[in-house]
Amino acid sequence: MAESTRIERTDDELIAAVRDGDTASFEPLVARHSPRVFATARRYARRESEIEDIVQEVWSKAFQKLSSFRGEAPFEHWLMRMAVRTCYDFLREHQRNRETSFTELSEPETDWLDRFVAAPDTASDESSAARQLVERVLAMLSPSARLVITLLEIEDRSVKEISELTGWSVPLVKVRAFRARAEMRKCLQRIARDKYL
Amino acid sequence: MNLAQLQTKLIDAARKNPPGDQVPYAFEKRIMARLAAVPRFDEWAQWVRSWWYGAAVCAAVALCLSVWSFAPDDEQELAANFSQDLEQTILPADDADSTW
Repeated sequence: MAESTRIERTDDELIAAVRDGDTASFEPLVARHSPRVFATARRYARRESEIEDIVQEVWSKAFQKLSSFRGEAPFEHWLMRMAVRTCYDFLREHQRNRETSFTELSEPETDWLDRFVAAPDTASDESSAARQLVERVLAMLSPSARLVITLLEIEDRSVKEISELTGWSVPLVKVRAFRARAEMRKCLQRIARDKYL
Repeated sequence: MNLAQLQTKLIDAARKNPPGDQVPYAFEKRIMARLAAVPRFDEWAQWVRSWWYGAAVCAAVALCLSVWSFAPDDEQELAANFSQDLEQTILPADDADSTW
């Protein structure tokens, strides 16, 4: 009975308990929201160890800054803002490790590109080769470009949502989105140049 | 190669393959253990610590000032020497005038 009551506690109740000194109430929050945080982190990091580091960082920040959560928006929104900003910090820290050439294109990726060049409509966008290729292109982008492309184009979020998630102003998001698309186009141009010219 | 079409195709590929949301086993336990290991931010402790820092700085300044005030004052000696030199220079001339 006590267990079921504990499971039914809302986010607000759990947060209030943590603020009152019941640190153990933070555990159900972690268990409840970790899947979304992991899914977000997996968009920006490849290695599972890096992903776990990001998520741990997010939860550490959430615990330390819990007193600043005012409860005006759902806890999940507050947490996702923290997750996106932590992922952006991660991208900036690992900026030097960005891939800079397409010399290491795998065979399936090359095959997929050949199929696309031969018949663009028939190249499947559900194949693992296409997924690998898009990951490679995203890895070549600058941190801000990658973040904007992911949020705007892949997750299909609005400019206003991105502004709230990142803390950037709406005009800044628009400018960065414009630059990000151009940057991505430039990366694709490099693929075409390296492979077909 | 149609780059715009390739871009659209790759974005579609990313959309159709969203990342998984699986969480490692007992991840929440790991987080709780980590949080327990890190000392929680205590505003009162921070406040008291900043007061101690302030007190230490004040004590250091007071010590410097007291050392400085007890140190021999070269300027005073210099001023005394100057007044004696001035006296010796002017008075002989005055003496010479009076003898004349």
